[in-house]
This record gives sequence, C-alpha cells and structure tokens, in this order.
Amino acid sequence: MTALLEVRGLRVAFGGIDVVKGIDFSIASGEKLALVGESGSGKTVTALSLLGLATNAHCRGTARFAGNAGSVDLLGLPEPDLRTIRGRDIAMIFQEPMTALNPLFPVGNQIAEVLQLKQGLDKHACAKAVVDLLASTGIPEPARRAQALPHQLSGGQRQRAMIAMALACKPKLLLADEPTTALDVTVRAQILELLADLQREYGMAVLMITHDLNLVRKFADRLAVMENGILVEHGTVQAVFASPQHAYTRKLIDSRPKRDVADLGPEAPTEGPPLLQASDVSVTYPVPIPGLRGWFRKGAFVAVKGATFTITPGRTLGVIGESGSGKSTLALAALGLQPYGGNLQVNGQPWGRGKLSDKALRRSVQVVFQDPFSSLSPRMTVEEIVGEGLLVHQSSMSRAERQQRVLRALAEVGLEEHQFPNLLSRYPHEFSGGQRQRLAVARALIVEPTLLVLDEPTSALDVTIQQQVLRLLQGLQRERQLSYLLITHDVDVIRAMAHDVLVMKDGEIVESGPVAQVLDAPRHPYTQALVASVT
Amino acid sequence: MNLRADVTVRPPSRSPARRAWARFRRNRLGYWSLVAFCTIAILSLFAELFSNDRPLVVRYEGSYYFPMVQDYPETTFGGDFLTATDYLDPFIRERLAQDGNWAIFPLNRYGPKTLNYFAASPNPSAPTSENWLGTDDRGRDLLAQLIYGFRVSVFFALALTVTGVVLGVLAGALQGFFGGKTDLAFQRFIEVWGAMPELYLLIIFSAIFAPSLALLLVLLSLFGWMGLSDYVRAEFLRNRQLDYVRAARALGVGNWQIIMRHILPNSLTPVVTFLPFRMSGAILALTSLDFLGLGVPPGTPSLGELLSQGKNNIDAWWISLSTFAVLVMTLLLLTFMGDALRDALDPRKVDQAPAPETQP
Repeated sequence: MTALLEVRGLRVAFGGIDVVKGIDFSIASGEKLALVGESGSGKTVTALSLLGLATNAHCRGTARFAGNAGSVDLLGLPEPDLRTIRGRDIAMIFQEPMTALNPLFPVGNQIAEVLQLKQGLDKHACAKAVVDLLASTGIPEPARRAQALPHQLSGGQRQRAMIAMALACKPKLLLADEPTTALDVTVRAQILELLADLQREYGMAVLMITHDLNLVRKFADRLAVMENGILVEHGTVQAVFASPQHAYTRKLIDSRPKRDVADLGPEAPTEGPPLLQASDVSVTYPVPIPGLRGWFRKGAFVAVKGATFTITPGRTLGVIGESGSGKSTLALAALGLQPYGGNLQVNGQPWGRGKLSDKALRRSVQVVFQDPFSSLSPRMTVEEIVGEGLLVHQSSMSRAERQQRVLRALAEVGLEEHQFPNLLSRYPHEFSGGQRQRLAVARALIVEPTLLVLDEPTSALDVTIQQQVLRLLQGLQRERQLSYLLITHDVDVIRAMAHDVLVMKDGEIVESGPVAQVLDAPRHPYTQALVASVT
Repeated sequence: MNLRADVTVRPPSRSPARRAWARFRRNRLGYWSLVAFCTIAILSLFAELFSNDRPLVVRYEGSYYFPMVQDYPETTFGGDFLTATDYLDPFIRERLAQDGNWAIFPLNRYGPKTLNYFAASPNPSAPTSENWLGTDDRGRDLLAQLIYGFRVSVFFALALTVTGVVLGVLAGALQGFFGGKTDLAFQRFIEVWGAMPELYLLIIFSAIFAPSLALLLVLLSLFGWMGLSDYVRAEFLRNRQLDYVRAARALGVGNWQIIMRHILPNSLTPVVTFLPFRMSGAILALTSLDFLGLGVPPGTPSLGELLSQGKNNIDAWWISLSTFAVLVMTLLLLTFMGDALRDALDPRKVDQAPAPETQP
C-alpha cells in the first residue's frame, strides 16, 4: 500500500518557538489514523499546518500528498494550489459545529457553496446533491433540514451537516479535529459510527485528532501519540493498547478515573440526619411567549421537575445527564443561588429564610465549578481569592491569622509555598488548569463546609490531570467526611467517585440508586444508552 | 498518594494592571505621548511663571516687590496715578531699568487678558519680537492666549471626563448588576434622556444663566455619561454570570462587595481604553461650543474663541494657524495614548513570554 500522505520532519513554530518539533507519520489511502495527545501537545496545529491554515505559523519539513494532480508537497505549495486541494482532496471537520457553520445561512446553502466552488455544479444539481449528502449522513427529513439555519439543528445534526459538507467532494483524506468532543455522550457514539460507515463507503483516509482513548479504540486502525510536539509512539491500535512502550502512552491509557472511595454500601449506617434533603424540587425559568400574549405574561420553561433525593454525611451523590438535562440548575438550587419550588433543606434548614440564616447555610455548602479559567477572578491574588470566605464568615480574624489559614488550605490541596515562591501574591494566570482547579477547591474548603457541590469539576481538564484532581477530591472526602453533590456527564467519573447516582433527562430524574446497581443493571433506556456509549 | 502539583519555577508575580502597563510602555509612541502630554499639562499649571504681564520680582530703590502676588499702585514706582501698575508702560519700564533697579520678567511678558496698547501695527498685529505669535483682533498676545486656553481646555476636559466616568460607571454598574426591571427602566430613561437636543438646551441655558465654566461642566456632564454606561453595563452583564461571581455568591459575599471586589475591576477595561478618547472628545466639545459663542464667558482664554477670530480675520494667518497647531498637537497626543492603551488592554495580546503550557 502506498502512502497517501507522507509527513517527514514536520516542524511548526510560532514566534520562534517550536510547537511541533519534527514529527514523521504517514497515512495510507483508506486508513484511519488517530493522533492522540493532551491540550498543548500540538496535534491540532499539525492538522492545520497540512492545509496551510495555521496562521502566523512557520512550517518546515515535507508533507507529500498523492492527490489527483500527482504527488505534491503540501508545505511548499503556493496558496492558490492549496486552495484547490482544500475541500476537494483534503477536507476538515472541526470540534464545535456551531462556530464552524455560518449562523446566517441555511446549512444547505453552505454545503451547496462547496459543490459550486469545487465541482461547478449548477443550482438545480446542487440542491439535489445537497439533499443526497445530508441523507447519507442520516439526518431525518434531509430536504427540510437543508433549509434550516444552524441554530435550528441539534448539536448532533449540526455535526452531521459539517460532515456532509466535508464529504461534498469525496475527499481522499478527511482531517477530523475532535469531531465528537462538543457533543453529548450518547450522540458521540452515533457520529463515530457514521464516520466509520462513510469512511468505508467512500474509501477515504481519516486523520482523527482526539484526546479520547475510548474513541481511538473504537475507531482507528493505527495510533500516534503526541507529547509536547513530539511523536512519542505509534503503531497499530491493538499493539499500542496491548503493550504501550512509552511512559507517556502508559500514563494516558492509565488515566481512566479509578475508584478510590470509602466503600459504603447502601445499607451502611449513616450518622445523624441527612445533610441535604430535597423533595419535589422544581426550577422554572421565564421564557418569552411569541405573539401579543407575550406582552402581558411570560411562559415557563421547566428546567428541573420533581427532584427528590437526600445526601448523607461522607457520601457522594452523582448526578449524570447530558447538556440541557437540568443537572447544573439542580446544583444552583442546592447552593441557594437559584429560586426553586418544593422543599430543599440543608441541615434541616431551607434557603431563603433571611440573610443571616442563609449566610450560615453558605458556610456548610460550597461549590467548585467546571471551568477553572472563569471561576477565578483574574485580578485578585491567591490570598484574596482563597481568603475571601474567611473575610465573610470570620471577619474579626487578623490578617496574619488569615494568611496562615489560607496557606494551610492551599497545602491541603497540594499547593505549597516552596514550589511557588510568593504563592499568596500570585495571580491565577500563572497557574495551569489543574492548579487553578486546586485553588478553587481551596477557596471552597477554607470555610469548612460539610457539602461540596462539584459542577463538572474535571471536564475542562486533560485526562491525566483529571485523574489527579479526582484523587485529591477522594482523599479530602476520606479525611474530612465531606459529602459531594457531583454533577457530570461522564460515566467514568461517576463510577470513580459516586456512592449513589441520579440519572437526569429533560429535567426529570429517570433513574436513581446505588452506583453499582444503576450502572451495571440500568433499567431506563436512556441510562442503558449512556452506559453503552462508554464501554 | 500524589496530591502535590508539580513544581514550576516562574518569576515573581505581576498583577494584570502592571502587565498592561508594561505592554503600554513597550509602545514607544504612546508612552512618549503620555510623558509629553503630562509634562505640558503640568507646566501649563504654572503658566503664570512663563507668561504674565507682571514681573516676578522687582528691585526698586532698595526694596523688593512681588507684583505676582500683590498689586502695587503706580505711585510706588514713581508714576502719577494710584491705579495698579501697568508694567508694560514704557515709562514704568524706564523707571525699573534705572541704576540699581531691576525686574525679572516672565519669558512672555503678556497675560491672557493683557492688551498691548503699545503695538507697532494695528490689531491683529503680525508676529514681532514683542508678541512672538502676534496679537488677536483686540490686541491680546496670542501666545499667552494659547497657553492659558490650552490649560482651560485640558483641565475642563479632565473634569468632564472624571464626572462622565463616575456617572457612567455608576449607571452602567447598577443596570448590569441588577438587570431585569432596573435595567429596563434605566435603559428607557437613557433613551429618553439621550433624545434631548443637547445644543438647544445649551443655547437656552446660556440665555437664562450667566455663562460660566461650572455651568458648562454641569450641562455637558448631564449628557456625557451615556455612551460609557452602555459599555460598563454590557461588561457587568457578562461578568456577573461568570463562575467566580457565582462562587463569591455561594460564599455569602454581599452585593456591594461583589460589585467592588469582583465585577468592577474586571469591567474597567473599556473605561480605561476610552479615557484618552473621551478627553479629546471633551476638548473638541468645548472648542466647538466656544467657536459658536456658547461656551466659556467672554474674556476667558479659549481655543474655540481663537478659531472663530481666525475665521473672522482670515488674513491674520498667525491666529488660525497657531491655534490649529495647538489643537492638532493636543488631540494627536491623546489619540496616540489611546491607541497604545487599547493595544495594552487587548486581551488577545500576550506578553513577550509564551503562554504557559497547560501542564500539571
């Protein structure tokens, strides 16, 4: 088999700093290669540089591509020649279909544009080809969907439309940059299946860029692992998974969250009353009603309805569901940041009994958010961020004492003065994602809460760091008898962390119970699909 | 169990404001514009020492006199009248130049209101060794007028900017933070308020009240805050739903503290970016009102009034050209500063060091 694409000594530099440091790989036609690495490893830049789309980058090396017009070096090609190759010989699909599609044009027109540009079809032929393409990606009612604007489609449908656009000219090579990362887990499996089907049907080669090893195992023939711009290992998927050679590959394969929590059976005795007791909690958002009636009143969107659950000391309740299922809203209600209906009590006290009672409750319920970059104010020092809770709840404390407490809280989450000189006067931008998440945990812990709400605490982190943060949280739970309300979309995280689990869909709890029972013997079809999507 | 984050060694911390300042300094045009503008503005505060119709110190017949701080009747220096001395009078000058007597005059021997009764040619007179930039059509020294006019313009603009920023930030913060009905009510109020014809109001008010700088400041401030408040409102709306604000709420931090400690510092970027542009806008506003005769009271040195004189005496090129030059210089310096500031505060611009790799 001759190589379709042969990359030799590819180096990509931004402003004199090498991001990709001389990598070699090749793809045969009809082959599925996965490029795996964490964020910042240079995998996306590699793909972009092949199409000359890496702006301000300085690329060296060769990338011989056996296109329709004979073998060419993609890196040395002038821009007009590259433009004919893009879309016709090599197509690309991106991570976020919402931003990759123009929001002002119907998706059909955007696909038709490619056909007109690259194949010179007339309008009528175009419209027919668009519908055929959309049909081949499995979108229901393709003729109607072609007229839809991107926001009128669901995430999965948008990604299907992107795939249809990429396949419009039957490319020989498809570059897929994290094609499923932005999608819900149950949709991911479908898109992956679709890509595999189409790949067989068209006989094209696929370069899949991803950080998700589950995906690689299901999809790819061969695998290349990148770390800091260097290709550390490559081989067939079976060989690499069976006996990873490089330490980094082993670390990646090993990074699946591990369960390490105090084993409490469902019948294990729990001391004292439940920490959090919710019965029939519902949350509604006002939404505008179209037409004249909307002038006078607002409609209601029910984000959470009839949620009933309890959390007891030292246990973790996992809430799993896809985006829009109301799980984050439930977390905000538990934090008293979102008005709710029904009955929700923390330590036997409901929210909203007055300022003083709420303030006392806030000490016992704290939160860690998903995005470590937006959850820390960029203009406050570590001391101000972590010490804020003490300012609110123990305002009489002297500054020196507060600093001591802050340092102790930081040490508890694994950030110490001797690693970071002047730790207290540093600003968040100097910390990496995982370290910032530790800061967020320290900020929550300093007021000594009994319940910690974890809203997707690891989904913005790389897999290896995700594991570290989960281990930190597990350790803290054991030491302090903390209870967690863990919100996530990731079944692996639930398996590793939770004692009990609630499965949410469209604002309703569809299934609940101990983790082992719910995940090993799911009864609701949605739970079954969820569990099936990761195994 | 490895709970410890890996060691990273980095240079000591700098706050975001200090990093922005470092980026600003790196833009040499903007930085030197700031230095030049501040120097000129501060020097203009001491304009009386450079451009005045009174000597700084007089030594007359054995005793010292300080005409800058005290009025002396003409009889003190051997004149005939009890009126305050006119030190430009050739007779007085002669007396002060007699043996043993001396006087230190400022660099430019004219104040903003001094009429040169002793000019060689009719007013407006062209530049001479006496009046370096000539005189205006009433015989006042043009250089003195420009110096004092610049001072009035700059400090009026500064005051207008400060009041505009305070009002704008306050209004924008209230709307953005509380949102909902407060926001709706404020927005409608701003629409109504913004629809008022500012110029007509100024004309009407200048007919009712005696024109003064303070009145002008109040009137212009009443309308000057709206543009800024929209930006601040948008920033507040964005920032108040970010996770760090939610986390602060979950900690039980009060509204006022959240505004002051969390949201405001993160919402000031548009305010700071627009400061120089607001200054130049305010200078232009004052100049154009003066040009129309609706601005400062008559007799106050003013760039706009000089421009209007230049228009009326089109052949007296020294009036319009020199006023134009001063205006252009001032506005250019402010614009350069504004450009540099905008670049320095652009979140997409990074420091020279590469962005930290996201590694544990």
